[in-house]
Amino acid sequence: MDEIQKNLLEQVAGLHEMPTGAYNIRADGKSVDRATTAHIDIVSKDDRQGIDIVIKPGTKNESVHIPVVLSESGLTEMVYNDFYVGDDCDVTIVAGCGIHNGGSEDSRHDGVHSFYIGKNSHVKYVEKHYGSGDGKGGRIMNPETVVELGENSFLEMETVQIKGVDSTKRSTSAKLGNGARLIVTEKLMTHGSQTAETSFQVDLDGEGSSANIISRSVARDDSTQMFLSKINGNNRCAGHSECDGIIMDNAKISAVPEITANHLDAQLIHEAAIGKIAGEQITKLMTLGLTEEEAEAQIVNGFLK
Amino acid sequence: MLELQNLSFQVPGDDRDQKEIIRDINLTFEDHTFIAITGPNGGGKSTLARLIMGIERPTSGRILFNGKDITDLDITERAKAGISFAFQQPVRFKGIKVKDLITLAAGSQVKLPNVCDYLSRVGLCARDYINRDVDASLSGGELKRIEIATIIARNTPLAVFDEPEAGIDLWSFQNLIRVFEEMHQSRENSLIIISHQERILNIADEIIVLAGGTVQARGRKSEILPELLRGTESCQRAYGADMQI
Repeated sequence: MDEIQKNLLEQVAGLHEMPTGAYNIRADGKSVDRATTAHIDIVSKDDRQGIDIVIKPGTKNESVHIPVVLSESGLTEMVYNDFYVGDDCDVTIVAGCGIHNGGSEDSRHDGVHSFYIGKNSHVKYVEKHYGSGDGKGGRIMNPETVVELGENSFLEMETVQIKGVDSTKRSTSAKLGNGARLIVTEKLMTHGSQTAETSFQVDLDGEGSSANIISRSVARDDSTQMFLSKINGNNRCAGHSECDGIIMDNAKISAVPEITANHLDAQLIHEAAIGKIAGEQITKLMTLGLTEEEAEAQIVNGFLK
Repeated sequence: MLELQNLSFQVPGDDRDQKEIIRDINLTFEDHTFIAITGPNGGGKSTLARLIMGIERPTSGRILFNGKDITDLDITERAKAGISFAFQQPVRFKGIKVKDLITLAAGSQVKLPNVCDYLSRVGLCARDYINRDVDASLSGGELKRIEIATIIARNTPLAVFDEPEAGIDLWSFQNLIRVFEEMHQSRENSLIIISHQERILNIADEIIVLAGGTVQARGRKSEILPELLRGTESCQRAYGADMQI
């Protein structure tokens, strides 16, 4: 890998060198390095681009890194990664995509990640998206995440997109079994003329299942964002979604929440708040000696931290 | 030393007339003194405090701090010149932790034990609070104490408090009095405290009574306090109300 790709890798996966545990690193449309462990296998798909990640039942305290980097302008790819997590596991999965586009053609990565999580398993899934390069070509990412959560399993999903992605359509759908839990934390910042759409569809099918979707976003300059969330309570369950957005300059944010209770004991809540930075917050930080610009940066950084 | 010279502040009124909130005020605040400003609601106290910090700009008049004209300085410049300000209703932030706010107040060089010390001084167990967000999960009283901790952390030559007692519980209030006494005894800070509370007025060097945007009286507590309390008693007799000053 060259320096640009190494920098992208650091941005999206925090990696300075090859990680310990299982990993698959994909650069410019090809798998460039891979490692498996006694409990985690990674196999290329025969019929299309992508890999199967198979985690044996009972695997604890192990991690899988599957970052993707693109530095060739004009490259477009569609990748399917399927995660089969056995029963009674406790693992961390770090994905992420970095695109450097120094050319005039669009570079685009579309990825579908499917998770099949077994009973009593805990998965932490971290996904960062980042774009760089001063080419006129767009840096486009469209991630789709599909989740099936088995009985009493728990998925914590953290997604971060802070810089450089011109256009993104993010779709996450989840079906939860009995006692299953899902927590999604999304951090998003758009600038320039970027657009971002993020949508969630959560089906709380299992008795005692719960979901908490938390989105915090900042839209600057002329960028636009759309937040869509649908939570269906199909059993005795608890669902909560929260969208907090800060708009700056000429940006626009829309939040369209939908909660549907199909069961008498479904408890569903949606909260949404969009607005500019409160003037009194800036004033308070200025009384501590920060300039207006420093105060604004502090508030935005804290909000997305 | 802080000097207010012919200070006035107007806002647009209902009928196109200007409403005068502060009327041609002249005041001097000597170094290392503790001055309490009291008076009826709507009398201009908070506005005066905000004019000193630069949150509001005067319609006319000048403000001098240690001989330098600061009338045209913005909030940041006044903060850097050595003025701090505790808000009557502290601001909440999503994503800024108590530790972050105190560090911003004290300066980036501050060590964690010092941050904990500032919180302890306002009666908060640092371990329980440093990693909490300064957001709606904190009660009004907790926020108020954190606000005061930011002022202790800044340790500026002049500290202005806008009704520090508002929203604070009885136990915190005892603590608050002790904080002000300690700040005053250290002789490092001049204090200007907007307050309705007799116990705060009691520990001040001087009391200023502000009403209708003008200074009605100024003097030592032995001169002003009995007069204020007499006024309160006559109100209580007339209306049977349990009033604060």
